[in-house]
Amino acid sequence: MSALTQTPAEDAPPEPPDEERPALGRRYTGYLLILPGVLWLGLFFLIPFYSLVATSLYDPAGTVFSGYEMTWAWSNFDNAVTDNWQPLLRSFLFGGLATVFCLLLGYPLAYAIAFKAGRWKYLMLVLVIAPFFTSFLIRTISWQLILADNGFVVDTLQTLRILGADDRLLNTPIAVVAGLTYNFLPFMVLPLYASLDKIDHRLIEAASDLYASPIRGFAKVTLPLSMPGVVAGTLLTFIPAAGDFINAELLGRPSDSMVGNVIQQYFSGGNNYPDAAALSMILMALILGMVLLYVRRAGTEDLV
Amino acid sequence: MTTADATETARESSTAAARTSRDLRLEALTKRFTAFTAVHELDLVVPSGSFFALLGPSGCGKTTTLRMIAGLDQPTGGRVYLGDDDVTTLKPYKRPVNTVFQSYALFPHLTIFDNVAFGLRRRGRKDVRKAVDDMLDLVELDMHARKKPMQLSGGQQQRVALARALINEPEVLLLDEPLGALDLKLRRQMQIELKRIQLEVGLTFVHVTHDQEEAMTMADTIAVMNGGLIEQMGAPSELYENPATTFVANFLGQSNLIRGEVVAGGDGPELVVDVHGSKIGAARERARVHEGAVWVGIRPEKVYVAAAGEEESSDANTVGGGTVTDTSFIGVSTQYLVRMPWDQELTVFEQNTGSRPVFPPGTPVDLHWSRAHTFVLDARQDASAGVETVDDAP
Repeated sequence: MSALTQTPAEDAPPEPPDEERPALGRRYTGYLLILPGVLWLGLFFLIPFYSLVATSLYDPAGTVFSGYEMTWAWSNFDNAVTDNWQPLLRSFLFGGLATVFCLLLGYPLAYAIAFKAGRWKYLMLVLVIAPFFTSFLIRTISWQLILADNGFVVDTLQTLRILGADDRLLNTPIAVVAGLTYNFLPFMVLPLYASLDKIDHRLIEAASDLYASPIRGFAKVTLPLSMPGVVAGTLLTFIPAAGDFINAELLGRPSDSMVGNVIQQYFSGGNNYPDAAALSMILMALILGMVLLYVRRAGTEDLV
Repeated sequence: MTTADATETARESSTAAARTSRDLRLEALTKRFTAFTAVHELDLVVPSGSFFALLGPSGCGKTTTLRMIAGLDQPTGGRVYLGDDDVTTLKPYKRPVNTVFQSYALFPHLTIFDNVAFGLRRRGRKDVRKAVDDMLDLVELDMHARKKPMQLSGGQQQRVALARALINEPEVLLLDEPLGALDLKLRRQMQIELKRIQLEVGLTFVHVTHDQEEAMTMADTIAVMNGGLIEQMGAPSELYENPATTFVANFLGQSNLIRGEVVAGGDGPELVVDVHGSKIGAARERARVHEGAVWVGIRPEKVYVAAAGEEESSDANTVGGGTVTDTSFIGVSTQYLVRMPWDQELTVFEQNTGSRPVFPPGTPVDLHWSRAHTFVLDARQDASAGVETVDDAP
């Protein structure tokens, strides 16, 4: 990453003293190191993924009790989209909004921690992570109290006439997006912080020395150099936020449900395994497509 | 007087005034941190167009001084003037001053071209392309305009850093140990290159370094800094031949400092100093103190070694009774360590001209040197101040 790197020759590793043995050892070390990960992924990703793909093509007439038949029912995908295009769209809208808010809130926070916090830096980082010590579910339920109809927030907004006397926050899309933003903020802040903290402060001084006002310096040096953090943060926020169902379940109303809620309902309530699997596949494919498009546009040569 | 003449005269006087008035002036410049004072009431004038070096060991306050000139650090006292303009509180991005940073601080996400164009674009200059192309030609990097800094070698990065600062035609160019990261051969090459460019563009260069050889090679004027103060300022040869303090005597080259006592000539043109029983003569203008206990100083290359009792000379200073303890043949010269009767080891460099014998260790010898090369310093100063120890070496 650094421009201060010396000529490559100086960094080149010394020649191994023995040609045969270390080379052999090194060849196997790599495979041994990835083996546990590969086994884990094989067991808990590939096999369930295979099962998901298979389920999405089962005969929709079957039930959990009577069993399913593999009929290559591509129509499951058709049905899943036709019945649920609204929750699908809503998922991307809510997830996208939450990501934007996370970025707007998280960037200044990460910037302050990286550049301005001084000796409070690590305390502030701990505070960002602190919510993880409580269950995701409990924290979302607490938001029901915060946004409750006779709660402090609604009362204040009504007094200020921002909300009408009969308006509410709980069970609205606002509550869902607020909950998503809150729950995924650390996933935005941490990569942003890591990326900002890595920026050599002398580069900002150099920009200032070269006639860039603080704002221009930020736009031309700090922001571009923090792009890897922006990309990583938005991905880490958007992907889980778009697939989330807890926030919509606990803070929204059923008519504003996200695709996660539908899938969950199909699986647990309706025992409609093929449609649930097909919808999951569609969600996965859409997110994958969007991520690829985004990563390509944002440019990730510096991501590593 | 015709109008044309008058205009001509006016222009001449105005350029002359502009030249003298654009000197960089530091007045009682001070930087105090909670625990210590980095720079202590520094007064300094850097004439416009000169190549000025601030030389000193790490922690002497030279980089802090540079940063205050650039505006990157705010002084706790004193003023910085560019000509008649007080720029003390001017933001760095509004100062007509540019810096070549120690670590280059090139923007890693921008190409070499965009790095060099950075300053011009921020000031909304026209014809950036042509100016950058010309500048890249000057530093011989036109082939690399589209590359990123990481793809360049250390020496090339250094030249980008120089081009990026130089293209803005600042009134003062600040160089913060710009050659520190380069290997010796490249550093020599860049020293000559920098000096050539400075002569070509005629800007004021203020160069911070801890490398005395680098400072002497390049600068017209050197200010030797130590502990936040300027010890001595002058042309390189002046500092070398006539150091004012033990620190300067040791930090710029090497010196033999021998304890002595002024015994005569306190008011005359020549002092006589008793050095462990030998009478040493020294010119008054090269003596910083004229009475009492003193250090008698002599540069190692000014001394010559002779077999004991031989080569007596009436106009040279002579101290006898030494024994060679080490003889190192270095090619161009032979370096002797000579142990004196008062148990001090003196260093002598002798040119290998072939006309003088080489003395092996154990030989009893006398040391001779010209009175004109003797300097006399205050004995209250530490004789080892400014001696470069192994830890200090870069």
